[in-house]
Amino acid sequence: MRNRQATNLLFELSQPGRRAARYPACDVSARPLTELLPAHQLAEQPPDLPELTEPDVIRHFTNLSTLNMSVDTHFYPLGSCTMKYNPKRHERLASLPGLVDLHPYQDEASQKGMLAILFELQQMLGEIAGLPAVSLQPAAGAHGEMTALLTAAAYFHDRGEKRTKVLFPQSAHGTNPASAAIAGFECIQLKGRADGFVDLAELKANLDDKTAVFMITNPNTLGLFERDISKIAHLLHDVGGLVYIDGANMNAILGITRPGDFGGDMMHYNVHKTFTGPHGSGGPGAGPIAVRDFLADYLPGPIVTRTQSGGADRFQLTTPTKSIGRVRSQFGNVGILLRGYLYLRTLGAAGLKAVSEQAVLNANYLRSKLADVLPVPHGERCMHEFVASAEKSKTENGITALDIAKRLLDYGYYAPTVYFPQIVPEALMVEPTETESQQTLDAFAETIRLILSESPELLHNAPHETPISRPDEVKAGRQLLLRWKR
Amino acid sequence: MLKTVGVKSVDELFDQVPRELRLDRPLQLPPALSELELESHLRDLASQNVGVSGRVSFLGGGIYDHFVPAAVDAIAGRSEFYTAYTPYQAEASQGSLQAFFEYQSLICELTGMDVSNASLYEGASAMVEAVLMAMRVTQRRGKVVVLGSLHPEYRDTLTTYVRHLGCEIVVVPTPQGTADPGDASRLIDDRTAAVVVQHPNFFGCLESPRDIFAVAKQRGALSISVFDPISLGVLRRPAEDGADIAVAEGQSLGIPLQYGGPYLGILACRQEFVRQMPGRLVGETVDRFGKRCFVLTLGTREQHIRREKATSNVCTNQGLLALRATVYLSLLGPRGLREVADLSCRKAHYAAEQLAAVAGLELAFARPFFKEFVIRSRGNAAEVAQRARIAGFDIGPALNRFPTLAAECGASTTEYLLVAVTESRTKNQIDNLANSLRK
Repeated sequence: MRNRQATNLLFELSQPGRRAARYPACDVSARPLTELLPAHQLAEQPPDLPELTEPDVIRHFTNLSTLNMSVDTHFYPLGSCTMKYNPKRHERLASLPGLVDLHPYQDEASQKGMLAILFELQQMLGEIAGLPAVSLQPAAGAHGEMTALLTAAAYFHDRGEKRTKVLFPQSAHGTNPASAAIAGFECIQLKGRADGFVDLAELKANLDDKTAVFMITNPNTLGLFERDISKIAHLLHDVGGLVYIDGANMNAILGITRPGDFGGDMMHYNVHKTFTGPHGSGGPGAGPIAVRDFLADYLPGPIVTRTQSGGADRFQLTTPTKSIGRVRSQFGNVGILLRGYLYLRTLGAAGLKAVSEQAVLNANYLRSKLADVLPVPHGERCMHEFVASAEKSKTENGITALDIAKRLLDYGYYAPTVYFPQIVPEALMVEPTETESQQTLDAFAETIRLILSESPELLHNAPHETPISRPDEVKAGRQLLLRWKR
Repeated sequence: MLKTVGVKSVDELFDQVPRELRLDRPLQLPPALSELELESHLRDLASQNVGVSGRVSFLGGGIYDHFVPAAVDAIAGRSEFYTAYTPYQAEASQGSLQAFFEYQSLICELTGMDVSNASLYEGASAMVEAVLMAMRVTQRRGKVVVLGSLHPEYRDTLTTYVRHLGCEIVVVPTPQGTADPGDASRLIDDRTAAVVVQHPNFFGCLESPRDIFAVAKQRGALSISVFDPISLGVLRRPAEDGADIAVAEGQSLGIPLQYGGPYLGILACRQEFVRQMPGRLVGETVDRFGKRCFVLTLGTREQHIRREKATSNVCTNQGLLALRATVYLSLLGPRGLREVADLSCRKAHYAAEQLAAVAGLELAFARPFFKEFVIRSRGNAAEVAQRARIAGFDIGPALNRFPTLAAECGASTTEYLLVAVTESRTKNQIDNLANSLRK
């Protein structure tokens, strides 16, 4: 049961003299710090952190946690985010001694098992992508995008080609252009067709010998498979450019089709979406990339390589010969990569394909259940997600996508992604994932119908049951209170 | 379900994927494992590794075996935190939003800076984000000054990010373990976007950030401090040394080693640069009943709104790790943090004395240090580390692991080895380490 008083800040709960963590007395020479370090480098006082007991801290954060919705407690049909169930076995196994307590700078002989896992993960990700060369280093999807673009830039540079432009459709995730800009490219946004697909004529008109990469999400952000993806890839390859596949929507096509088979040259995975790394309230993720053979030499290092001697495998960390260098310290977000590894080893090939089949079936089922009240303007059927429009309800009785989203919270459902992509008016982007049952989907559809029958005034002020309602975001941006102050 | 959709088979749902693009064979993946088999398989692989629970760790280089109180795991293991998404829907995410607001507040107290974001990936990329931020603020892109004592992987990461900008990375030499502020002063000019000082530096030594940052200020460059969060239990805070942006690897704040990540990138800065910050920010506001609450704010800096003009491409951050750091700092409070820093520092000095007394070993640099120091072996450092391992101790990393450092230490990187000591180590362990190297 929720504790309704518990929203004081740590600093407000602080009482002088309280503490939780205690440490043993110093067991080495009694020389004080003032003899060890120069006086002018020392702080007079330690930072003014709050003073609390362990029960204070535990009750505070436990109560805070109950103010959240989460996948373990609620259905989370958040489009493009793939909020699937995160198996508990991953938490236990990723915390085993020998995995969770490995220091990144240990000698290679003491990490044999870890290197074997990471090597096998590289192999599996290469196979699922149809792109054989893999780097596990990027920390998240956007980091993967940037890494792949820098890899492409190094490849072009090595060939003496001056390619400066990265193209992407209007419906692309914001990270695509942002990553291209950081990697030093000029960004060209294509308008695309009214039906959400890439306009081949427009694409063609923008291609030339300065074109480096076309970035595309497939299935696209409308949840539709880009039928012309092969033609698109041919157009790019004909002018010497490369195709980047944003892997955010991989949950739709695992074992069905592969980015490398439909013309992609590079891609990233979101391990925290497709392969069940828990989202952790915004991270951590892992954004490994897979690329074609001819780009392998440019990938960031280290990667895990295998040599065989006397019938035994030996794994080691190596840096590719023409590597772009590091994009972060250490190996990568191994804790999340491990969860991805465990997921793939649990499912195998058949299980993985079944994931996409069920995800696509669930999305289509929910789409059909809602078609009469929340029509989907684009496509006959969808892949793993669909973008419905609340325009009809808005015109008829003023109920907007935002109203529906906020009211869903009252009924115990997280809200779909709203107002993205922008080509759909009053957009509600729904991705149920494969881990939800038919009963959950039915109940969700019933709830949407119920909401649409409620009074518009009630909905404009929704949610009513949540800890807070409709925060003043303008005020937040204007007053900029970004920390607690005395 | 198929009937509701109006199809005869699941296969029909995939009609929109052209036949010729379909994979006509099963993926070649290892066979599926039940939970029981998976556990046995993974235990087998894990047993081939030796982590810090198997050997006493004196490993450092930016990642340390500090003690993690159980309460940190208990809170971070709450489903409501670790299976929640980014808190875009404020009404369904007040738990995370308040926790991140508290994280930002704690990082500000810790560093003395005005504003902290809600986390970045890890230390090196956070430092790069700070440099890119400095370039936007100063409108200078041509030159960045770093010290030779900066973590070599941080310098490598910076090189990767700024190579295409034609940006020159000028390195202030640190042959005696630290930079001479006079040398730094000669290299910082009015083209310089930022000066990066890691303090305590990669070798564990204390730099003179105040002197170097004063020069940077005169020349119009921004001062970036790379700090060790634990050290701030005893050392002056980055803001007091004149830093404009303070960044850190937050792994020491209650985050397990896990072979390189996920860790926590900390970035805090002065108020005037807030609109140039990368990453998410949580702000306080009120809801429609006037009740205090928290929301993501200043989204107009970010990629989902500004696209190629965003301050960064970062989207996913390290929320769960920021939560761990928040819980860790709340458990320690000011006195706990001071104790951890004090214990680490004094034990490190004891260890340095003991190791320097071993024949064939000496301290590489005669400079004040915090919890980590470099020993020099008049033979081969790798061989010293190997002897320690056989006796059950991990020391390192050996500096020859980092090609970037070759210029700093000359041809002799093979003779240098880092040793880090945290509050978790005991006098006994230190004595035994020294004894094992005497044989």
